[in-house]
Amino acid sequence: MSLTTSGRKEPFIRIARRTDISRTKTWIIRIVSVFFSLVSGGLLIMALGHNPVAVYRDMITGSVSTKTALIATAKIFVPLLGASLSIAPAFKMRFWNIGTEGQILAGAIAASYFALFQYQNYPRPVLLVLMFVAAVLAGGIWALIPAVFKAVWDTNETLFTLMLNYIIINIVTFLRTGPWKSPSSSGFPKIAMFDASARLPNIFGVHIGWIIVLVLTVFMYIYMRYTRHGYQIAVVGESERTARYAGMNVPQIIMTTVFMSGAIAGMVGFLIVSGSSYTLTDNTAGGYGFTAITVAWLAKLNPFAMVIISVFLAILKKGSNTIQTNFKIPASASELLTGIILFFMLGCEFFINYRLIFRGRKILEVPHD
Amino acid sequence: MTDFFNFIIAAVLAACPLLLGTLGESLAEKSGNLNLGVEGMMFMGGIAGLAGSYYYEKAVAEPVAWVSVMIALVCAFLCASFGALIYSFLTITLRANQNVTGLALTIFGTGFGNFFGEFIGSTAGGYIAVSQVTKAGFNDPLFPALARIPVVGKVLFSYNFMVYLSIILAIWMWYFIKFTQKGLNLMAVGERHEAADAAGINITLYKYLATCIGGGITGLGGLYIVMNSSNGVGGVWVHNCIGGYGWLSVALVIFATWRPSRAMVCALAFGALSVMRFYFPISFIPMAIYEIFPYLATIIVLITVSLRKRRENQPPASLGLPYFREDR
Amino acid sequence: MSSVAIQLSGITKTFGEVAANKNISLEVYWGEILSLLGENGSGKTTLMNILSGIYYPDSGQVFVDGKEANIRCPKDSYELGIGMVHQHFKLVDNMTAAENIVLGLKNKGRINRKEIAEKVRQIAENYGFNINPERKVYDMSVSEKQTVEIIKVLYRGAKILILDEPTAVLTAQETEKLFAILRKMRDNGKSIIIITHKLQEVLSVSDRIAVLRKGEYIGSVKTSEATAQSLTEMMVGRRITLNIDRPEPENPTLRLHVKDITCFNEEGVKILDKVSFSAYGGEILGIAGISGSGQRELLESIAGLYPTTRESSVLYYPDESGQEIQLIGKRPMEIKRLGVALSFVPEDRLGMGLVGSMDIAENMMLRSYLRGKLGFTDRRHPRKLAEYVIRKLGVVTPGVSTPVSRLSGGNVQKVLVGREIAATPKVLMTAYPVRGLDINTSYTIYALLNEQKKKGTAVIFVGEDLDVLLELCDRIVVMCKGRVSGIVDGRTATKEQVGLLMTSLGEEAKV
Repeated sequence: MSLTTSGRKEPFIRIARRTDISRTKTWIIRIVSVFFSLVSGGLLIMALGHNPVAVYRDMITGSVSTKTALIATAKIFVPLLGASLSIAPAFKMRFWNIGTEGQILAGAIAASYFALFQYQNYPRPVLLVLMFVAAVLAGGIWALIPAVFKAVWDTNETLFTLMLNYIIINIVTFLRTGPWKSPSSSGFPKIAMFDASARLPNIFGVHIGWIIVLVLTVFMYIYMRYTRHGYQIAVVGESERTARYAGMNVPQIIMTTVFMSGAIAGMVGFLIVSGSSYTLTDNTAGGYGFTAITVAWLAKLNPFAMVIISVFLAILKKGSNTIQTNFKIPASASELLTGIILFFMLGCEFFINYRLIFRGRKILEVPHD
Repeated sequence: MTDFFNFIIAAVLAACPLLLGTLGESLAEKSGNLNLGVEGMMFMGGIAGLAGSYYYEKAVAEPVAWVSVMIALVCAFLCASFGALIYSFLTITLRANQNVTGLALTIFGTGFGNFFGEFIGSTAGGYIAVSQVTKAGFNDPLFPALARIPVVGKVLFSYNFMVYLSIILAIWMWYFIKFTQKGLNLMAVGERHEAADAAGINITLYKYLATCIGGGITGLGGLYIVMNSSNGVGGVWVHNCIGGYGWLSVALVIFATWRPSRAMVCALAFGALSVMRFYFPISFIPMAIYEIFPYLATIIVLITVSLRKRRENQPPASLGLPYFREDR
Repeated sequence: MSSVAIQLSGITKTFGEVAANKNISLEVYWGEILSLLGENGSGKTTLMNILSGIYYPDSGQVFVDGKEANIRCPKDSYELGIGMVHQHFKLVDNMTAAENIVLGLKNKGRINRKEIAEKVRQIAENYGFNINPERKVYDMSVSEKQTVEIIKVLYRGAKILILDEPTAVLTAQETEKLFAILRKMRDNGKSIIIITHKLQEVLSVSDRIAVLRKGEYIGSVKTSEATAQSLTEMMVGRRITLNIDRPEPENPTLRLHVKDITCFNEEGVKILDKVSFSAYGGEILGIAGISGSGQRELLESIAGLYPTTRESSVLYYPDESGQEIQLIGKRPMEIKRLGVALSFVPEDRLGMGLVGSMDIAENMMLRSYLRGKLGFTDRRHPRKLAEYVIRKLGVVTPGVSTPVSRLSGGNVQKVLVGREIAATPKVLMTAYPVRGLDINTSYTIYALLNEQKKKGTAVIFVGEDLDVLLELCDRIVVMCKGRVSGIVDGRTATKEQVGLLMTSLGEEAKV
C-alpha cells in the first residue's frame, strides 16, 4: 500500500477538557490573570502618558492611607458587599437578577419616606427600625414583580429586572421634581436632607452598616450551605426538573428566593441613604448593583470571597477619584479597569477547565483505568 | 395634522438607533451568541465615531462633511466590533459564560465611552464636540429636493442618511437569512451547534463574524445617538448618553422574534413611544413618568412573548450555550 | 484505488482519565458491511467519531483509500468521502429536510430550492427512500429523520457510510427496509460500518464483524463463522448466560390502578389517550412501545409531574386493609405526605433524577431534605445512606463527595436506583433503567428489580429492548401513539406479536 498524505496537517493547537486540577493551580491561574489585567490597565495608563506605577500607588494611598480616605473607602465597601450578598441567592438559582440597582432604590425610597415625613412622630431607634423594615419590604416587593412572572410564565428576568431599574430611577426623578421636592431648594430641584434622628450612628467613624453587612456575610454563608431553603435554591438552579421531581414547589422557591435577594438590596438602599448620603437622589444606587454582579461572579458566590473582592473594588473606586485629582484621569477609569479585570477573570476559567495540546506532542502513555 | 406628521418623523428618527441595535444583536443571536453587551458596544461606537470626526476636523483646515461622516462610521463600527471581538474571544474560544461576559462588556464599554469622552474632553478644554459641518452631514435630509413634496415627501424623504442605511441593512439581513446558503448556515449554527458542526460548517468562524459584524452595526446605533440626538445637542459627548438604548435593543430582539423585517416595525413603535411626550403631552402625567413608557412597554412585551409560546417565535435553540466539539 | 477503504492504525483517544480507545488498529474494505460490535462504553462511537472529525485522536493514524488522512473536523471527513449518521441525529428541527441536506455546502448566492429538491428526489428514487424534501424535521418520525440523515450523507457523495445504532429507534419492518438499502449500497461498492450491540441484526446484515471491549480491539470474524454465543464471549470477555431470571409472582396484590389517563402537551397535542392498566405487587409490569409513544408522560403523570385531564384516575392501594388514595390532581409533595411509597427512576438521570454537580450524599438528600431541625438540613443520614448504596451496589467512585456527573453512566444509574430502592417503595417505576449500561451493570439492575419483586413491590419497567422485556416481565402493556394497544403475558407473547402491537392500534387484546 502506498502511504501518501492527503496534505492536511494536525491542528496547531487542540484543546481537551481537564478533569481535575489542584486548588493551588486554580488559584495561581486566577492570581496570574488578575496580575495580567492590572498590567493591561497599566499599559492603557502608559498610553495616556502617565506612569502606571505612580498611578496605581496613588490609587492605593488615596484610598487607605489616611483615616478620612479609609472611611470614604469603607462607605463604598459597605453597600458593595451588601449588594453582592443580595445577588448571591438569585444567581445561585440561575435567576439573572440584574435589577439590584433598582431594588436598592426601592429600599431607599421607602426608607426616605419615613426619614422625610415621619421623623417627628417616632423616637430615633423606632424610626431607624421602621426605615429598615420599610426598605427591606420595598426592595423585596420590587424584586418580587419579575419573580412572579418568571415563576408563572417563565418571563425573561434579565431584561425585566433591568427595565425596572430605569423605571424606578424615573420615579425618583418624579419624586425629586414633584411631591418630595424640598421647598428650600432653589434652582435644581432636590430632596431635603434627613433629620439627624434618621441618620445611622457611627462606629469607628463609619455608620454601623459595616457591622450589619459583615454579620450578613456569615449568615448568608450558613444559610446557603446548611439550610433547607439553601439546598432548594441550589437544586432549582441546577435543574428545575430535578427540583420538581424531588417534590419542590419551584414557583414558590423562585419567589421567596428573589424576594430575599431584593430585600437585602432594599436594606442596602437604607444603609446608603441613612448612613452616608442622608438624602435620596437619582444617583443613590450609584452603580453598586452592577458592580456587585462582578463581585458575586468573581467570588463564585462565596460570601467570604465577596468580602475580599469588595474591598479590592472599593479601593479601585475610591482610588479612581484620587487619580482624577492627581493625574486628571477621569474617574470612569474604575469602570474601565473593572471591565478589564472581569474579562481576564472570565477568560482564565478556560485554563482551569481545559488544557492545550500543541502539535507534535503525542500522549505516549495510555492511562490505566 | 402637521403635528401628526411631525410626530411620525420624530418617531422614525428616534427609532433609527434602536433598529440598528436590534439588527446587530439579532445577527449575533442568530449565531447563538446572546451578547448582553449592546449598551457597552453602543458607548464604544459612539465615542470612537465622535473622536474620529473630532480629530479629523482638528487635523484639516477645511473639513469635508462626507469624509468626516465616513471616518465616524468606520471608527464607530471598528471600535464596537472590537468590543464584540473581546466578547467573542471569551465566549467562543474560551467558552466563558455568555450572560456574565455580556454584562462585563457593558461595564467595560460604559467605562470606555465615559472615560474617553471625558479624557478627550479634558484635553480639548472642557468637552468634546464636532463642528456644524459634521453635524449637518449626519442630520441633513438625504433627499432635500424630494423632501419638499408636501406630506408624502416629508414623511418618506426628509430623513438623514442613517435612517435609510439602517432600513437597507434590515432588508439585506432579511434577504441574507432567508435566501442564501450562508444565511442558512448561520441559522443552523444558532439553532443547533452540533448539527451545524457535523454538517461541516465552520461554526467558530460564523460565530465570530456574526457577533463582530453585529457588534459593529450596534456601534453605529451608538454613533447615531451621539450625532443625531433628537433634543438638538448632537455631536457632543454627554456623560452616560446611551441611557439604556442598548438594553431596549436587546429587548426589541425578543419582541421582533429575531426577524429583521419585524425589527423595523417594533423599533418604530418604540421610537414613537419615546417621543410621544413632545407631541401628545398629557397634562396630568409628569415628564418623569412619561419617560417610563418605553421601559414599561418593554416589560409588557416580555410578558406577552412569554405568554404566547409558539414554535416560530422561539429564540435560536442554542442561544447562550457554549459548544465544545469533543464534549460527550 | 486500494482495496482497503479505511485503515486505522494505533488509534488512542482519552478523555481525562478515561481511555476510550486504546491502540486500535482496524481495516474496512470497499464493498462490505462491517459491524462494529461492543458493549456500551466499549469505545465504538468514539472510534467512529474520530473518522467523522468530531474527535481528534491523541495518537495513531488514519488512512483513507490508502492515503494518510488527518481528519481535523467534519468538513475534512466529508471531503474524504466519509459520512456518518449519528445515533442522536444531528438535524436542525425547524428546518426542512432539503435545508438540512444542503447545510454547510458551498452554494454561492441564492439557494435554488427547486434544484435541491430534484436532486434529493433522485437519490431517494435510486435507493428506494420515501421522503418529502419540504417537510420540517420537527414534524417527522424518527425513521424519517434517519432517512434525511442518510440522504444528507449520500448527497455529499459519501463512499464510506457509518451508522451509529441505526436500528435502536426503528420497528422491525423499518429495520428490514433499512438493511435492504444498505445491502444495495454495498453492492454499489460502498463501504458501510454499522455500530450496534444487537446480535441478531449483526448476524443478519453484516459481512464481517469487528469487536471492541473496554476501548480495545479484540479481533474480527466473518459473519458466516460467528454465532450469538461466540460474539458475546468476545464482547464480554468470558462465558455468560444470556438468560434473565424471572421468578413466579407470589400472591400478587393490587397496588396501582391506572384508569383513563389522558394528557396534552404544551402545544395542545394529545400525548396520552385513556391509558388504563393495573400494577400488582410481586410482579414486574413491562411497558413497551416505540420511543415517544407517551411512556415518559405516563410515568410522570402517575408521579404527579405531568398535568392530566380531570377524567384521569390513578388509585394507589397501600395494603390489603388500607383506603385507596387518588394520586391524580396532587402535587408530588402531597403524594409523599400521604405516605404513598412510590419510587421513580426517570429516564433522564442527570437532568431529572439527580443533580450532576452535587455529590452522592447531597443527591441522597433529594428524597430527605425536608428532614432536619429549624430549617436546617440533616446531612448525617444522607451521608450514611450514600455510603450504604456505594457498598451495596458496588458504585465505583473516588468517594462520597464526588460530584455524580464525574461518575460513569453505569455508576450514575446505580446511585439513582440505589436511592429509590432504599426508600422501600411499594410501587417502583423505572424508565429505560439499563439504557447505555454495559451487560454486567444491566444484569445487576435486573437482579435488583427481581429482588424488589420478591419483596412484594409492584415494579413498572419501561423498556426498549423487546428481548429483555419478554424475558423479564410478567405482563407487558404495549403502547402505540399514546394509547394502550394491548396487554400481553410476558411468558407466552412473541416478539412479532408485541412488535405488531407497537405499530398498530389493531384489536385491543386484553389478558
